[in-house]
This record gives sequence, C-alpha cells and structure tokens, in this order.
Amino acid sequence: MTALSRTTPASPSLLHSLGQGKNLPGLLFMLPAAAFLLCFLAYPLGVGTWLGFTDTRIGRAGVFIGLENYEALWSDSVFWLSVFNTILYTSVASVLKFALGLWLALILNENLPFKSFFRAVILLPWVVPTVLSAIAFWWIFDSQFSVISWALMKWGWIDKPINFLGDSTSARASVIAANVWRGIPFVAISLLAGLQTISPSLQEAASLDGATPWQRFRYVTLPMLTPIIAVVMTFSVLFTFTDFQLIYVLTKGGPVNATHLMATLSFQRGIPGGQLGEGAAIAVSMVPFLLAAIMFSFFGLQRRKWQQGGND
Amino acid sequence: MASVDIVNVRKSFGTVPIIKGVDISIADGEFVILVGPSGCGKSTLLRMLAGLEHISGGEIRIGDRVINDVPPKDRDIAMVFQNYALYPHMTVEENMAFSLKLRGVEQAKIDERLKPAAQILGLTHLLDRYPRQLSGGQRQRVAMGRAIVRDPQVFLFDEPLSNLDAKLRVSMRTEIKELHQRLKTTTVYVTHDQIEAMTMADKIVVMHDGIVEQIGAPLELYDRPDNLFVAGFIGSPAMNFVKGKLDANDPTKFVTAGGVALPVGKAPDAAKGKDLIYGVRPEHFHLAGSGGLPARVVVVEPTGSETQVVIDIGGQELVAVFRDRISAKPGETLYLTIEAEKTHLFDAASERRL
Repeated sequence: MTALSRTTPASPSLLHSLGQGKNLPGLLFMLPAAAFLLCFLAYPLGVGTWLGFTDTRIGRAGVFIGLENYEALWSDSVFWLSVFNTILYTSVASVLKFALGLWLALILNENLPFKSFFRAVILLPWVVPTVLSAIAFWWIFDSQFSVISWALMKWGWIDKPINFLGDSTSARASVIAANVWRGIPFVAISLLAGLQTISPSLQEAASLDGATPWQRFRYVTLPMLTPIIAVVMTFSVLFTFTDFQLIYVLTKGGPVNATHLMATLSFQRGIPGGQLGEGAAIAVSMVPFLLAAIMFSFFGLQRRKWQQGGND
Repeated sequence: MASVDIVNVRKSFGTVPIIKGVDISIADGEFVILVGPSGCGKSTLLRMLAGLEHISGGEIRIGDRVINDVPPKDRDIAMVFQNYALYPHMTVEENMAFSLKLRGVEQAKIDERLKPAAQILGLTHLLDRYPRQLSGGQRQRVAMGRAIVRDPQVFLFDEPLSNLDAKLRVSMRTEIKELHQRLKTTTVYVTHDQIEAMTMADKIVVMHDGIVEQIGAPLELYDRPDNLFVAGFIGSPAMNFVKGKLDANDPTKFVTAGGVALPVGKAPDAAKGKDLIYGVRPEHFHLAGSGGLPARVVVVEPTGSETQVVIDIGGQELVAVFRDRISAKPGETLYLTIEAEKTHLFDAASERRL
C-alpha cells in the first residue's frame, strides 16, 4: 500500500522532467552518437536498399525499376551458385571454428605452463590484418611454391604440387581453411572468457559427485556455456557470412565462380562491373539470411529459466 | 561410515610449506571440527581429504583404505562447499539426484532416497526450483541434501555457514548438529569461527600455521588449553594474558610486571623463577567487597544477558564479564576476586602450558 501511494506522485510527465532540465543535457549528449549512426549506418543502408530497386550504373544515375534486379537474379545461376557457396562456406567454417575454438578454449583453461603466453599467441591470427594473412595464405596455396606441397613432396606423399586454388573442391576447402584459421581466436578467446566465469568449485563438486572428466564437460561445463556459445556463434556466423577480403585476395571468386560468395559477387557486379543497382540487389539479398541468424541468436540468447531470479 | 586417519600429512605449494606434518585420527561417526585463523591450512587439509589437492607427504586413510592416490570420485566422500557449488542449470531435485544419476541408479531408487532427504531438510516444496530462486539458507540445505542422498562414508563441510547472516547461522548450526545426530556419518567440518567449533563438535582440532596446536573435546580445550595460541583462540571474549613471575616466597601468588599480585591455583614446580604468562578468562572475575583486587573501570559494555567491563589492573587492560548488570561508570574502582583454580600459567618462552 505504501509503495503504491508513493509511486503515484513520483512519476512526472516527460515534459515536466524536460522542463526541470534533467533530460535535456542527456538528449544533447546523445546527439553526436545519433548523428553518427544516421550518417554512417542508416544512410548507407537506405541508399543501398534504394539502389537495389534502380538500374544505376557507374557514371549514370538510374531510375526506379521495381523488382527487376531481383527478377534477373532469380534466374541467374551464378547468383544461386554464390548463395550455395556462401551457405556452404558459412556452415562448414562455423562448425569447424566452433569445434576447434571450444577445444582450444578448454585446453587454455587448464593450468598450462606459459599460460598467458599461449593466450596471447592465440590472438595473433585475429590481430593480423585480414589482407596480410590472406596474402600469406595465397603463398601457402600457390600452385608452384606452396609450402604444403613442398613438405608433402619431401615426405614422398605426393609427386607433384597440389593446385589448391585451381580446382573447385580444393579451392573451396582452401578458403574455408583460411577462414577457420582466422576465425578461431575470436571463438576460442570468447569461450575461454565464458569458461572462466564457471566457478571451479562446480567442477570440484561434480568430481566429488562421481563425474568423469567427460561427464563434467557434458553435464556441467557445456550447459553453463550455452549462453556464451549462442552469442559467440551468432557473431561468428555473421562475420563468416559477410566475408569478403579473404576470398577477394585468394581467389577473386574463382575458379569458375566456385568460391564466389554473395559479398564478393555483389562487389564484382557493382564496382568493377559497374552495375551498381544489381550489386546492391545482391547485397540486399543477404539481409534475410542475416536476419535469420540474428533471430536465431535472439531466441538462443533468451535467458534460460535457470538464469532468472527469484520469482515464484 | 568409516573412520579417518590422517598420518603425518604434509602439503607445500612450490617451496612454501602449508601443512607441516599433521596427525589426526577420527573415529567412525565422530563430528570433528578443524578450526583456526585464515591461512592456517585447515581448508587445504579438507581439500586434501576430498582429493581436490595433491598430498605432498604422509598418508590419509578412510577406513582401512589409503586414499592418497584415489581420485575424488572414487573416495565416497560428499562435500558441502562454502559457496554451496549448486549446479545453477539444474533444479533442486536434479542437483540432489546428480551423483546417483551418474552412478546409473534407477529413477525409482533415486526417488526412494531423495524424498526422505528432502523431507529431513524441509526441501520437499522446493524440488523443482532452480538455485537462483532460493534464499541462502535454502541453498545451504540443498547443498547438504546433495551430500545426504549419496549416503557417503564421510561428510566434509568447508565453512558452510560463513555466507549466511548471523541469525540463520545459529539456526543452521543446530540443524547440522541434529542432522549428524540422526545420520551418525563421520563428519569433518572446517570453520574459522570458534563458537561454531565449540557448539557443534565432538572433537575440535585447533590448527595454526600448518600444524595442529591441540586436539580435544570442546570443554577440554576451553578448560585446559595446551598453549597460549589455543588459550587465546578458544573463548569469546578471549582469555586475558598478563606477563610476570611467581612470587618467590609465595607460589600461590603471581606478580605482574606492574607489581600487582594475582592468585594462582596450584603452581607447578617448573613455573618457579621463570618468565610466565598468566591467563584468566573474563568470566572468572567476580565482584567482591572492598577487600578484593582494585580495578579501575575503563569501558562498560552491557549486552543484556551479561556485562563486559574493560578494567585496568596495575596498568594493564583486561576484560571481565559479569552475569549481573553493573552500573559502574568509567573511572570508578571495582573490587574483584579471581577464581584461582581456573587460572592458567604459560611459559613465556615456549608459550606452553605449565
């Protein structure tokens, strides 16, 4: 009763609190951020979407043509190949990054010698600019000078260099391997942070309860890590789905479009190809997929029942 | 249920010795409390018993089995952690049943053991709650329930009450003691709180700096502390200590450095001529007529049931506790007697009881 009667007079109108000058400075302080978001996020997104409905080319302002770009894409086999490639690339790379990243995180969470050194080293692939590491991979995958081919030939396992980027299957595998290498640190370090929030006494309690190491992982670690896994993997999927630099440096989408992702195809059609409208339409086509990933994370991230506080 | 024998157990972290050779033997069904200040090694010893810390030297036996190299899951021990360590993603029921499930016990058997345990601890209506939805005391009970359903050989408690508020701590103390009386499982309990130790234990082990200072029944430690550390640690307010010597002519008198004579019961011959420390518990002061020892009142602290008075005798501040309410004001003089038979003498050099 007392709580009720106290809240009623204490809820002022927006105008009233503005008049008191408490919210006005707050709004002013938000302005730069809002302007920044509008200029650099909302505006390009809006323009990109609009371009997708026009036949704009470089050097020629376009006119509104409705869904024509999308109709053209619908019957464009290269576009559908790029959709397939993107989904394949994202799903295989994400699963590998998750499995290897989790494994690495579990190892780093143990009491290793030089623990902080290893943790720092793990981050290296992520710190190096993508283009640089892509160029390194370009050499690793070179049809003549590949270090992998060289080593395998030295051991006598193969008798001629592997043409990593020349064949569609091996090119796909190669770019996925490069992406996995680059993406593991993010997954591993984030999951490591998650692992460190799990109280060691839970593991101790489980081992006293008779759990084997595998059972401790399966029944204690993994369930407690799921909220973090949901966040990390959502981000990982978004990064992978929109990947551009690695492909562009390594294969430019080849051979015969076998590694073209939606992002690289959009760029190729829009900028070098000059078809800004069509490129924009491809970019916009990625939105439903990204939204699906975000929805997945939204439901995956919903607080589980055990995380909620004490309501009866 | 089983006895536990800890024989010359040592532990060091790197080159730092934490436990320096500890011997404790615990009889089947006994409730033993390890007590000592922070850093004395009591928790480490408990964790070694549980198998969570490696044993650097010595031997620990449960029953007839040496368990030094037995992994925790095979020791048949249940432990209640200070932070309870309940699995947050499992309901109360799942928490309690976890160990039985791991062992492959059938659901019907699990229920059979879980229901009475939940009943004893008053958890029946909370079985499908998650730990976050419980109060501190309820979580504490779930942690105990998880231990009980397993029916282990030994219960270990690691400062289980230190996260609870003062009132709850007192009632949980009673609950744990009742539980032990009902189950009669060998229990090792670690605390830094000497009141917990005094009220609950069959046997107290006082530890300090990685060694055992004294082992004994609560009142034994209270009445005959082996050394200065135990004397000062057990009892609240703590025992008063005064430096001085026995009177050369009258061995029933102790003369303080300030020249005041205090009564001594039976002084052993070994005490003569040595530098001594005289110990007297606050409750062994009594009000006397004007013939007693004069003591100047410094501070009066009434607690309701008793009155604690800080007094000055010969320039030394001591604490006295009286059952009666005392209306003395600071600066006034009280006349006191001391129960001579209940005083203690310690060698000032070795700090051991004489």
